[in-house]
Amino acid sequence: MNTTPLIKIPLTRIAHARSGDKADWVDFGLFAWNEAGYRILEREVTAAKVQAHFAPWLPGQVDAWPLPNILALKFVLHGALQGGGARNLRLDNLGKAMGAALLRMEIEVNADELEHALKSPRRGWWPGPLNDSPSPVI
Amino acid sequence: MTQSIRIGSGLGFYGDNWEPVVASIERGQVQFIASDHLAELTLAILQKDRQRDLTLGYARDVVPMLLRLWPLMQPRGVRFVCNAGGLNPMGAAQAVQTALAAKGWHPRIAVVSGDDVLPLLQASDARFDHLMNGVDVTNVRERLVFGNAYLGAQPIVDALDQGADIVITGRVADAALFLGPLVHGLGWKLADAATEEDFNRLAQGLTVGHLLECSGQGSGGNFGSQGDWQNIPDLAHIGYPIAEVFADGTAVITKAPDTGGLINFDTVRQQLLYEVHNPHAYFSPDVVLDMGQIQLTDEGQHRVRLTGAQGHAPTGQLKVVAGFRDGFKAEISWGFSWPDAWDKVHAAEAMIRSQLQERKMPFDELFVEYPGLNSAHGPLAPLPPANELNERAEIWVRMVLRTPVRAVADGFGRLFPWMALSGPAYTCGFQGLNNTSELLGIWPTLIPRDRVQARLEMLEPSA
Repeated sequence: MNTTPLIKIPLTRIAHARSGDKADWVDFGLFAWNEAGYRILEREVTAAKVQAHFAPWLPGQVDAWPLPNILALKFVLHGALQGGGARNLRLDNLGKAMGAALLRMEIEVNADELEHALKSPRRGWWPGPLNDSPSPVI
Repeated sequence: MTQSIRIGSGLGFYGDNWEPVVASIERGQVQFIASDHLAELTLAILQKDRQRDLTLGYARDVVPMLLRLWPLMQPRGVRFVCNAGGLNPMGAAQAVQTALAAKGWHPRIAVVSGDDVLPLLQASDARFDHLMNGVDVTNVRERLVFGNAYLGAQPIVDALDQGADIVITGRVADAALFLGPLVHGLGWKLADAATEEDFNRLAQGLTVGHLLECSGQGSGGNFGSQGDWQNIPDLAHIGYPIAEVFADGTAVITKAPDTGGLINFDTVRQQLLYEVHNPHAYFSPDVVLDMGQIQLTDEGQHRVRLTGAQGHAPTGQLKVVAGFRDGFKAEISWGFSWPDAWDKVHAAEAMIRSQLQERKMPFDELFVEYPGLNSAHGPLAPLPPANELNERAEIWVRMVLRTPVRAVADGFGRLFPWMALSGPAYTCGFQGLNNTSELLGIWPTLIPRDRVQARLEMLEPSA
């Protein structure tokens, strides 16, 4: 049982994401860097919480599927594009920037489990020296 | 039987860059390039071309693309599959043949069509309910402008079996552009697939296609993250993904040596889930894919091994995407400088709203956003308080009118110029005096498979 304090973090601290469109739906892949991060995402980032996150802007239904085999969660937000990309008046008519809007979402994590997720090695191979932060400027 | 096939990614959309394909051909040891020119909306653009000129309606970039790539592919025996035919595959094939013949090149070109199902959708007794909301197509039937079924890989397999060097299709499932060469080259069962093993192999091939159909998005491009995309090397010289696929369906995703970008567990799985909805039932005309047991094994050095895709028999229906005329939009953008920029933007908006009312200009919606503040994330992006925004160096506004009446859209930009001399001060960069465009609604639906007949034609040799 963890006893360290709960802290609020945006998903961007422990996850990466991409969004895409299909008719009036926007879909999201949300990815943990390692197993420890995935355990947090799977518990905290539920369909209901994602729906609540987008509700002030786009109050549509959210479907969710966990994919532990690739440490990922899949979400679909209905009614997100004013009916579809070719009739959407927004500059981001295809929702390509909305993956980052998901990364803004705040979750509550235990300080210990956060530290564990941040310090655990990534499953993916990245070339060159990789430090926690800040990233080297190229 | 061939032990493995290497296939490389071509374009990911109409307008994409084909220069990275050169490295895949010259150094990537590919036997096939498959190129996806059609996003969901691209047919809407091509429809506007075809309205202007009946010989158009295809993705015109295929001509300069092949002028650049064919002389590199031909001596290496690399074959090319694309859906650049759009609404006019024969027109695209003839344009390619003419352009290449002028250089003295005479590839065998195959044309796949039969995806156009607009007449079926327009029939008065047809039932084509909206796939997502169940609404009856009669609501938009009179306004339909295109309707195309997603064909599967079979006609592409047939074209390659008959010796085509270049296959140009209309709408086919994006991943089928890749599955076709794999079935052809590895001798997999497709129409006669029956066993779990058959469908799992097809599922692996479909997954490969899905990973490669968006060009650089499968090799480190557009990597959505904070503070990590900077570690992806040399995006300006990105190598598009290449798959080596074995007879049992196992695949390794990689890219040509000495190119930029990154193939790893993270970049590959961002693409794996891209525009997939239920990942346990990803429908295609050839196989239904379940991603739930997929393993992506990162072997390092830009190699990711793909195993575990599970396949099931496809359904008796094909997906159709149709488009219908859905009114007009007119948009303006305008910059307001310090001081009081935020208040001035709102004053201008209020004056425009009152003019629309006074002139009795009918409209459905006046959409307003502030580029630089909220156009990407709406109210999820924290907006500073008004007094702080009034101190900003500048505020930009974008106003978009949605109206069913073209004349109203055409008149929208004309509501603004007087404000340059008679409105709030210190403005710059007004754009949108004449900026009307037609909006298209998208109508996804299903059609029984037996009502769609794919057609394969081999062009007569040009010499």
